[in-house]
Amino acid sequence: MAPRQDAGREPIDLDRPWQLAPNVALRPESFGALAYHFGTRRLSFLKSRRLADTVTALAEHPTARDACARTGVTAEELPRVADALGTLARTGMIVRRAAA
Amino acid sequence: MSATATSRSLVEHFEAGLAAPICLTWELTYACNLACVHCLSSSGRRDPRELTTAECMAVIDELRRMQVFYVNIGGGEPTVRGDFWELVDYATANDVGVKFSTNGSRITPPIAARLAASDYVDVQISIDGATADVNDAVRGPGSYATALRAMEHLAEAGFRGFKVSVVVTRHNAGQLDDFKALADRFDAQLRVTRLRPSGRGADSWEELRPTARQQRDVYAWLLEHGEEVLTGDSFFHLSALGEPLPGLNLCGAGRVVCLIDPVGDVYACPFVIHERFRAGNVREPGGFAGVWRESALFRELREPQSAGACGSCAMYDACRGGCMAAKFFTGLPLDGPDPECVLGHGEAALSARGHQPRPKPSVDRSRPRPRRARASAPARPCDESPLAGFEVLR
Repeated sequence: MAPRQDAGREPIDLDRPWQLAPNVALRPESFGALAYHFGTRRLSFLKSRRLADTVTALAEHPTARDACARTGVTAEELPRVADALGTLARTGMIVRRAAA
Repeated sequence: MSATATSRSLVEHFEAGLAAPICLTWELTYACNLACVHCLSSSGRRDPRELTTAECMAVIDELRRMQVFYVNIGGGEPTVRGDFWELVDYATANDVGVKFSTNGSRITPPIAARLAASDYVDVQISIDGATADVNDAVRGPGSYATALRAMEHLAEAGFRGFKVSVVVTRHNAGQLDDFKALADRFDAQLRVTRLRPSGRGADSWEELRPTARQQRDVYAWLLEHGEEVLTGDSFFHLSALGEPLPGLNLCGAGRVVCLIDPVGDVYACPFVIHERFRAGNVREPGGFAGVWRESALFRELREPQSAGACGSCAMYDACRGGCMAAKFFTGLPLDGPDPECVLGHGEAALSARGHQPRPKPSVDRSRPRPRRARASAPARPCDESPLAGFEVLR
């Protein structure tokens, strides 16, 4: 079940296009959202609305940086969001998308 | 990512209830070909009012709309339902993943191959002894061999990571390393859960529950192996011994967890099949969603709870007073210590209670007992820890 193999943070490449993985679903909750991967049966808690909105916005923007700008992530917050997206990428919750 | 200092913790969100359960157990039938002495649901005979195939499918449709990502199916022995595979297929085709608990009796090689081919289905084989004598004393003659055979079939079919599920008792508490080795041998994952005095477990609890010494050993073992072993977060009462165990150390009943029984009754958790904890029925006009969102019982459970007699205890934040079901079925007040409180407050409360009658389960589908062991199903809690393998991302 590989919980928390979070050793070493690794942000995603913000200048690439990303999207929620095809077999992952997001469920809105009061704290943000739950993400569930049907293949790995892994559950992640996105503990802020903004992170949840950003993940949802990925598919509609040419880069992750654009998606962050759209959801109002500030320059100060950006490294932390990139780390969180990095964890989601490592666990297969979000995936790279072919550039348009 | 922002202002977490001012926002509520995840645990506080959980205590206030989620939009839909994370861990939903669905007992599909009370019918069972075994007769385990600790069966949580007092299973044995089928209930004639069981939900029909169409009604089950309607529940699955609702679960999909509510985004309940997976259900933990049990019973009874769920595979004895004639429409079991049809329901599994229907759920997975509708983005509701399935993990089902079984005694293994129907896991033939062709079934194992079929299960191995699906990402959306997970299997949990129940076993309560690392040796046949220990297991069969609880689960009935031949049940150890049956479970082992099922594990072999799954492993041969290439099913990796199925679950081997053990209820910890006085007789198997010393076998945890052996259970781990057994699971490892099949490339499976071990899951250990707490024995509750629920269902027929009410009658076998005194005799089967681990001793105080064993509880400390189990705690130490879980601290050492906690990240590799699933527990359904069921041992949170042990966290009062010191360092908290991995997982969600709180009671999720009616907040993140619930149970649907074979006739559609919704209970706060799999361990409290009793009228006191019945929130409603999926056959009511509002369906399951209506019960989850509106029932008076669930609303009450989502309110801040009183620590009661535990309020003055320094360890209350660690154990949160323990398990509601364990207290209820041993006749203890819900706002007081768990009967197995590691600080001994439970034993004192049990002595004080004396021989007063304890609540009886409202449902008993046990077969009349010509057999030595009685009717039953695997004891099966909230399957996985709601927090197993999770990350919290801010």
